[in-house]
Amino acid sequence: MSVKVLIPTPLQKFTRDQATIECEGGSIAELLDSLESSFPGIKARLCDDQGELRRFINFYVNSEDIRFLDGKNTSLNEGDEVSIVPAVAGG
Amino acid sequence: MTQATQSLTQPSSSATFTGLKCKECGAEYEAKAIHVCEFCFGPLEVMYDYSALAQTVTRERIQAGPNSIWRYRPFLPVVTDTPIDVGTGMTPLLKANRLARRLGLKRLYIKNDAVNMPTLSFKDRVVSVALTRARELGFTTVSCASTGNLANSTAAIAAHAGLDCCVFIPSDLEAGKVLGTLVYGPTVMAVHGNYDQVNRLCSEVANTHGWGFVNINLRPYYSEGSKTLGYEVAEQLGWQLPDHIVAPLASGSLFTKIYKGFQEFVKVGLVEEKAVRFSGAQAEGCSPIAQAFREERDFITPVKPSTIAKSIAIGNPADGIYAVDIARKTNGNIESVTDQEIVEGMKLLAETEGIFTETAGGTTIATLKKLVEAGKINSDETTVVYITGNGLKTQEAVQGYIGQPLTIEPKLDSFERALERSRTLDRLEWQEVLV
Repeated sequence: MSVKVLIPTPLQKFTRDQATIECEGGSIAELLDSLESSFPGIKARLCDDQGELRRFINFYVNSEDIRFLDGKNTSLNEGDEVSIVPAVAGG
Repeated sequence: MTQATQSLTQPSSSATFTGLKCKECGAEYEAKAIHVCEFCFGPLEVMYDYSALAQTVTRERIQAGPNSIWRYRPFLPVVTDTPIDVGTGMTPLLKANRLARRLGLKRLYIKNDAVNMPTLSFKDRVVSVALTRARELGFTTVSCASTGNLANSTAAIAAHAGLDCCVFIPSDLEAGKVLGTLVYGPTVMAVHGNYDQVNRLCSEVANTHGWGFVNINLRPYYSEGSKTLGYEVAEQLGWQLPDHIVAPLASGSLFTKIYKGFQEFVKVGLVEEKAVRFSGAQAEGCSPIAQAFREERDFITPVKPSTIAKSIAIGNPADGIYAVDIARKTNGNIESVTDQEIVEGMKLLAETEGIFTETAGGTTIATLKKLVEAGKINSDETTVVYITGNGLKTQEAVQGYIGQPLTIEPKLDSFERALERSRTLDRLEWQEVLV
């Protein structure tokens, strides 16, 4: 499954300054592994030591927060857009 | 890219702030336009040299300062001696005797930011700080994601400071809030979506145009402005802290910064240490923080907002978990109230104290009432309630609940008939409402 991933500024040093990348994965969990193999080191920034998504990171699939979907098991379809957005903003 | 003046990005020798620090992992950063930790994505917090502050700051010096938030300039993250001062802050701290009597409290105060300058909400505090810092960091365009009040404030103060401005709002905001932004001439993007969606879009836009987003890449500086709500209350109470505060919760930032403000005043010796209880107010239709508090969770589950209290309708609150921590450790509470209770809260404050607040204020008053009735605020606690916005901006919320004028002919008998009728109405109401 090829999906488009929007990378936040603090992680763009891993993606050679690219703000948008194409990546493979049938779910968010698979996407994380595939991101790691393309951009080593990136997964440790997104997940804590237990492999859970850090609490200040939000994932959206086609604009929907994955916490309203199936969390890390949220499935991905061809052409989906995944946004990775730091939580600390707003108010 | 409009960021240029590097010479002003670093604190000068006279500045008391020393840089930024991640609230989660402690990583330190220069005082630039960044808001998240590069390692763990935790929020960044401004650090100060408190021993230097303790040596230079006195009650007398503060009192001799301007009649605005800038009397506390050493506690704010700016370098300049000429900040953008549009008379923001030093709003009334009103002893609310009639509301106190109605609720059965002895010492109740209202911190009335419904009359903050220039745009009638507490947001003028944070924006004054953010735009002063934005100018220091070399930005010429400022922006924000807003539920309304922040858009009003950013547009107005940017106009005063001669900065270009582009604001993003949800497209379903109250008419008064849209108009109260447009009049200052910014570019306004009305986004089809709720605040959380607007916020997400702005997070994606933030670093692409070289703009200073007050509540994104300038957020560490911006949020510090809310500390002045703590400082002013301490000063206005005669340099002492209250026993209990009640404040609205949207992102949770204001709540945590009032706490930080009190702590700092204790740390530098301006007030005696005291255990202040912190209680928070949310609308039931958007109460992720109240839910986490109630269920004793250490994480926030986001919600999709559905409430008339739009200015505090943040379903994915960035500082929610810190607000829960503070309420817990200070032996406070976080409660939520229904839209009906919010309208009643707005009317109660207006009828007892002559303050017309917006829905967020109605939420706070309704929560105060609920906490008192549940025995969660003691009658002899000195309690301060933070009213953060003005009711003229959310007229839709009370329309249909506050009656109509008595329309009469320009004749004496018409007036007398109407007066008799109004007295009858008053008596009927008297039986329903306790005074």
